[in-house]
Amino acid sequence: MSALHELDATALRNSIQKGERSVRETILETFARVDALDPPLHMFLNTQRGEALSRAAELDQRLAAGERPGPLFGVPVALKANMCLAGVETNCGSRILGGYRPPYTATFVQRLLDAGAIVVGMTNMDEFAMGSSSENSAFGPTRNPWDPSRTPGGSSSGSAVAVAAGIVPIALGSDTGGSVRQPAALCGIYGFKPTYGRVSRYGLVAFGSSLDQVSPFARSVRDIELAMAVLSGADENDSTCFDEPPLQPEQPADPGSLAGIRIGVPKEYFPAVLAGGVRERCEAALARLSELGAELVEVSLPHTDYAIPTYYVVATAEASSNLARYDGVRYGLRVEGDGSLQGMFAATREKGFGPEVKRRILLGTYVLSAGYYDAWYGRALKVRALLARDFERVFEKVDVVVGPTSPTAAFKLGEKADDPVAMYLCDILTTPVSLAGIPGLSVPVGFVEEGGKKLPVGMQIAGPWKGDARVLRVARAYEIASEYHKAAPPMATLAPPRNPAAAKNASTGEGATRGARA
Amino acid sequence: MSTTQEKVGIGVVSEKTGVRWIPVIGLEVHCQLDTRTKLFCGCEYRFGAPPNSLTCPRCTGQPGALPVLNREALALAVRTALALGAEVAPWSKFDRKNYFYCDLPKGYQISQYDRPFCTGGGITLPSGKRVRLTRIHLEEDAGKAIHDRGDTTLVDLNRSSVPLIESVTEADLESPQEAYDYLTALKEILQYIGASRCDMEKGELRCDVNVSVHREGEPWGAKVEVKNVNSFRFVQQALEHEIARQIEACESGDPSRYPVQETRLFDGGKGVTRTMRTKESAHDYRYFAEPDLPPVHVDAAFLEKQRSFLPEMPALRRERYQKEMGLSPYDAGVLVADRALADFFEMAARVSKKPKECANWITNEVLRAFAEPEIGVKSVDEMLMKPADLAEMVDLIHRGVIHNNAGRQLLRAMMRTGKPAEVLVEEMGLAQVQDTGQIESWCREALAGKDKIVADVKAGKPNAINALLGPVMKASGGKANPQAVRETLLRLIEKM
Repeated sequence: MSALHELDATALRNSIQKGERSVRETILETFARVDALDPPLHMFLNTQRGEALSRAAELDQRLAAGERPGPLFGVPVALKANMCLAGVETNCGSRILGGYRPPYTATFVQRLLDAGAIVVGMTNMDEFAMGSSSENSAFGPTRNPWDPSRTPGGSSSGSAVAVAAGIVPIALGSDTGGSVRQPAALCGIYGFKPTYGRVSRYGLVAFGSSLDQVSPFARSVRDIELAMAVLSGADENDSTCFDEPPLQPEQPADPGSLAGIRIGVPKEYFPAVLAGGVRERCEAALARLSELGAELVEVSLPHTDYAIPTYYVVATAEASSNLARYDGVRYGLRVEGDGSLQGMFAATREKGFGPEVKRRILLGTYVLSAGYYDAWYGRALKVRALLARDFERVFEKVDVVVGPTSPTAAFKLGEKADDPVAMYLCDILTTPVSLAGIPGLSVPVGFVEEGGKKLPVGMQIAGPWKGDARVLRVARAYEIASEYHKAAPPMATLAPPRNPAAAKNASTGEGATRGARA
Repeated sequence: MSTTQEKVGIGVVSEKTGVRWIPVIGLEVHCQLDTRTKLFCGCEYRFGAPPNSLTCPRCTGQPGALPVLNREALALAVRTALALGAEVAPWSKFDRKNYFYCDLPKGYQISQYDRPFCTGGGITLPSGKRVRLTRIHLEEDAGKAIHDRGDTTLVDLNRSSVPLIESVTEADLESPQEAYDYLTALKEILQYIGASRCDMEKGELRCDVNVSVHREGEPWGAKVEVKNVNSFRFVQQALEHEIARQIEACESGDPSRYPVQETRLFDGGKGVTRTMRTKESAHDYRYFAEPDLPPVHVDAAFLEKQRSFLPEMPALRRERYQKEMGLSPYDAGVLVADRALADFFEMAARVSKKPKECANWITNEVLRAFAEPEIGVKSVDEMLMKPADLAEMVDLIHRGVIHNNAGRQLLRAMMRTGKPAEVLVEEMGLAQVQDTGQIESWCREALAGKDKIVADVKAGKPNAINALLGPVMKASGGKANPQAVRETLLRLIEKM
């Protein structure tokens, strides 16, 4: 039997169903790993140990009583701290929502629970999902398990690390401009942003409403598919969610073959500024895709350069409105100020929001202001349409497009903290996909070495609108032909496993690789 | 400053200068739609419910909650547009209107900015004047801030997200009376189609007034918006005050006092307006398309379905009652003013085929009975009497089965109990006595010793008989048919 952190969700659930381990043992071991790894990595803003253990006991009883286990039965999961679970603090990494316990549960969280998943805790994030490094969290940064002096990426930092460090096989993040794909790349795991509208946003705290998508992290493509089958599907509580059944994976006769698949390689996605190692790893991955039978086609997405400015106009405009509700009247922080109503609003927001959030609220307020709307927000909407058309044209010729997820591997904490524009450029390859509303998956494609540490590199596979299943099929073929997704950071094995059987197995020398397909 | 101006024809002639000033008036009216649930969530709304008892994550602006459009609200809004002859857009969208206030839980109001669901249309006033509508849009209401509790402000979010339609007129109105007539007609139509109850005391209809004045033949003056005008009378008062104030300011010769574009607040207690904010301090609402709601499509089938729900509009109904049923303008007006009353009347008239009698009974006795506390019935909705019962009663009177006076008692009993007319006539013993022998014996008793009357009748003064009718009716307990009594008396006198 494999150690817990070596199993993906699919294998773990099957192991529980076969009686190899109880749900309770699974959760005890999970929290033993939290105890060992959370202090050095700071993944969680809160953990739900008591609730998780009592739910584990209940699930064990139900299994013993002959209940057919759900697709995520007994699987521990982590939620980004911008997701609503009734009664559990959801603070969005912000002081302004300190102590806020939502009175309702998000649709997608309820679907996880209904599938048998157990929530371990709420994970750290850049404040209100604004950032690419976790350094904008009001509660301190999360660290990259491959090199704790470096960022895990962001904004879904804690969820990415919880999966990479083997705490949970599946965690949820939210992706607005790359907040799941970029940390997935920097942590060496899968992170999938579905087509906008695929997953209900009801209960996801809004940042950029026209861009936000709930997005899973996992260590195998089949877990991403499993998570998507559970999370997706129509929801009457979200009018922007597709009125469609849950996403079903493609079932090619030979999952390992890409014969007949055309892969677009946008020249704009390999710019001169790309770090050498990242370029090399992505080119190697492209070569592997070609070996699997795919046809590589050079394509062009001419408006790519406008994606960053467009994104930072659209997302900040929406954010300036979405964050207006944090006024100290009904919940969260309140600072009385000068005693007037306006004074209370101002003092609460001054104290409650961090500098990056304030910067974006100001930007967003500006671009929507009378006299500036047409030049900024109105124009950004037009460019957004052009970006979407770029993709539509390319997808007339190819099935997916492929490029690096992030222009660099993980950078040092503090390296870009004082340079917002350098930080914004982290999103240069993910924001076009976000603005077009199309699906994008970051796939681990190897490592670069910096300062004696192995740092993961991610490659983004993007598909046409509603082409989620096609993206995952291409990733699955690559997964079969590669080992990178099995590599675990050295830290992941440091935690002393509590389960004696798992300890024995771990000591028999699987070392720092995961038998994800065990 | 009050009314120092004399009103003749169009506009207002200043007593001071003799100059004729033309007021230009437009109205923005918010009406609460009479839906079962709020515009963007499933909460009910009832005026006067305990504070914050009718709320949910959506209408309290909880993080992560999303709006979902109430189709019933859209249906009522579309019905309103059709009733006002407006054009319904095949697609429209919602926008966010951003501003901070403690009763606005999301920090923005979901409204419609540049793509309202409906444009055009209008109302013809009783005077024949046409008032055009610019647009009608759908939006959610805010909650209520309560400031009169010492130094704290309390917030009640029950009203948050209740559906409103805002209708905006062109600046077609020229006098306070026209504004009053317009509001009366609008309210009547909205109530008629069941879109809104328009109870101003419950805030179901709210009005903002735009007004400017200019000299005849000159360009329009600076537009002043007056807010917080909470009754039709106040609209008239606010306009009279504001028109007089603006004329006085224009004629003061002091440019610093000339009217400026601003928003003023009406003080109903004092009947005056005062500055709330000037143009410079106007809000920048930073409107943008609501990303949480897809555009609203109204297809031909939906439109036709809503059209099928529209009743006959009040003006047409009044005309039909006069032309086809022969009612007086007064009766037609009284009946049509209350749709439920008019519906009741039509059903009764259809059964009895005697529309004038039915109208008489309703406009006289039914309405009078509503005011009588012992009846305990104050409206058509509370009344247990069915239209067919009224028709039956009219028929019984017509056939001479009961007397008019008995009808008044019967009507009230039907309103209270809902029992059929015939049952009550029996129970209450209201039927007129048809037995000629019985009537004859009462008449003989009355004639005894009345030689003078008998002589007068015989001498060719038949009206002398009237003095005998009372005693006979009294003896019969009011149940004798007066016509039969009269004939019997004449017959008996002739034989004497």
